[in-house]
Amino acid sequence: MQVTSPVRDPLVTGGKTYKDVTNDIARHVEGKPTVGWLLGLAVSLGALLIGSLALVATLWEGIGMWGLNKTVGWAWDITNFVWWVGIGHAGTLISAVLLLFRQKWRTSINRAAEAMTIFAVICAALFPLIHMGRPWIGAIWALPLPNTYGSLWVNFNSPLLWDVFAISTYFSVSLVFWYIGLIPDFATIRDRAIGLRKTIYGALSFGWDGAAKTWMHYESVSLILAGLATPLVLSVHTIVSFDFATSVIPGWHTTIFPPYFVAGAIFSGFAMVLTLMIVTRKVFKLEDYITIGHIELMNIVIIITGSIVGIAYITEFFMAWYSGVAAEQYAFVNRMFGPYWWAYWSMMTCNVISPQLFWFKKIRTSIAATFILSLVVNIGMWFERFVIIVTSLHRDFLPSSWVMFYPTITDVGVYLFTFGFFFTAFLLFAKFFPVINMAEVKAVLKSSSEKKIN
Amino acid sequence: MERDKHFILGIFDDEDILLNAVKEVRATGIRIHEVFSPYPVHGLDEELGYKRSSLPIAAFLFGVLGTTLALTMQFYMMKFDWPMIIGGKDHAAFPDFIPVTFELTVLLAAFGMVGVFMISSNLKPWGQPRIYDLRSTDDKHVMAIDIATNASVDLEKIKDALKTSGATEVNSKSFD
Repeated sequence: MQVTSPVRDPLVTGGKTYKDVTNDIARHVEGKPTVGWLLGLAVSLGALLIGSLALVATLWEGIGMWGLNKTVGWAWDITNFVWWVGIGHAGTLISAVLLLFRQKWRTSINRAAEAMTIFAVICAALFPLIHMGRPWIGAIWALPLPNTYGSLWVNFNSPLLWDVFAISTYFSVSLVFWYIGLIPDFATIRDRAIGLRKTIYGALSFGWDGAAKTWMHYESVSLILAGLATPLVLSVHTIVSFDFATSVIPGWHTTIFPPYFVAGAIFSGFAMVLTLMIVTRKVFKLEDYITIGHIELMNIVIIITGSIVGIAYITEFFMAWYSGVAAEQYAFVNRMFGPYWWAYWSMMTCNVISPQLFWFKKIRTSIAATFILSLVVNIGMWFERFVIIVTSLHRDFLPSSWVMFYPTITDVGVYLFTFGFFFTAFLLFAKFFPVINMAEVKAVLKSSSEKKIN
Repeated sequence: MERDKHFILGIFDDEDILLNAVKEVRATGIRIHEVFSPYPVHGLDEELGYKRSSLPIAAFLFGVLGTTLALTMQFYMMKFDWPMIIGGKDHAAFPDFIPVTFELTVLLAAFGMVGVFMISSNLKPWGQPRIYDLRSTDDKHVMAIDIATNASVDLEKIKDALKTSGATEVNSKSFD
């Protein structure tokens, strides 16, 4: 039995009973798809198809189709990679870290956030894969297999290889965590269904029966997975930041990168969760489960991580000046006032200034303002990666090789492909899987509902 | 009467009444087969007298295996099989091996534990569970009492014990 403070706001409004929870959430899985959903799917599939032309062009012609040049060897692709990985941090953070901190409000948003994580990590992984040019041979380069062209092993001193391990571990552990959470809810749908749907959800539910003994083991598994996933989340973006921090490029070679990248990842991840959840709650009429209270709490996380990111930007500047290294100082002046000044100031406005608006309660409890600001944060975080990567590279140590980077249509197309994939996958998830963890919401219903239920 | 075929079911609406009922029913000497719930009820495993889950131990052992495998692999490849000087550092650059070691520890611990959980709880895609009451994945808690195990106790006494402890319904269920 738990003791909950009577002044705490209810997590589930509308006086829902256990039966209501099942009905409200299982309804979307069982009903016919709505017009809005079909429209969304059509648009996403369209983006996926158009984008796949660019993907095919990249695979067929090679990465010469991209806007990269001799000086800027990393640009659009890795910007998108880091951006998607960052977005993929919110899901496991919500499920794992908030589970360890016993934050009950995570129960209505964790399922969708984890799904988002998985799809975002797939989008992220696409970029390093296709960047290899011939990804079908890439397996030999990236995995610890004896290299058949010279019996060398992969280089375990390289952060790029650590990334292979970090991203694939993060993806597979997140997938397992998400699926374990889905099993009891699939059983709920199975027991409501007949015919083919019963067979499909029966198989998906792995023969779950809800026995007390199974629940006991299940709870234990969830807790340990949360305990494993928490350092894992932090390690993934730390290792992504090592890709830059262990190099000797001015603007990259800083020890602040790991915490700064992790905070930025959580920041952008929560923004994407908000973007998706605000639409989902509206379309699926889940306002009683994803309340203004949930949105406000997520906005508070955005203020905190956004402020950490802001402080990191300022610290980088201070250190560049304080280090006395001319190249480092130039890199930062070039960011602010060089040819990419517009990217830099977009980043500063979107990431440092705009999230501070959430200090006003009126703004952080307004759905429209939150939705707009969540998009602004995501745009800002994309520019952050672009600024770090491109402005540090385009004016290198030799002024005769200074150039500009411009993306090609293929660059834009591949990015569009990932958007198409992400939204198609999320829409399919939202239709065929329960978007809210029914079992977990039921478990907190008695202590956190508006009305005492008996 | 054959074992594991005929059951008396007590249906409960509320988790606190259920917890109390488990205590009361067990106090009368009736052995409970299992309780089925739509969500995890905290403290139910203790009331039913289950031993604590040993899955954390499995996770730890798989984690240790992951650490060992990762370190062995990296030292073997980098130091013994094909040593190369990279950045002027020692072949056995231990600090550089930490990230991959950590990732493989987490990977093996997570997958090992989940695998053990799946096998020990008999969860598999082709699994056909016994459904005692369809509502046990929706909004009711179902306490199943095996008649054969409690052969010494009168049937009516079991039903009475369930009713007095707060069951909203008492049903019987048989499987072939």
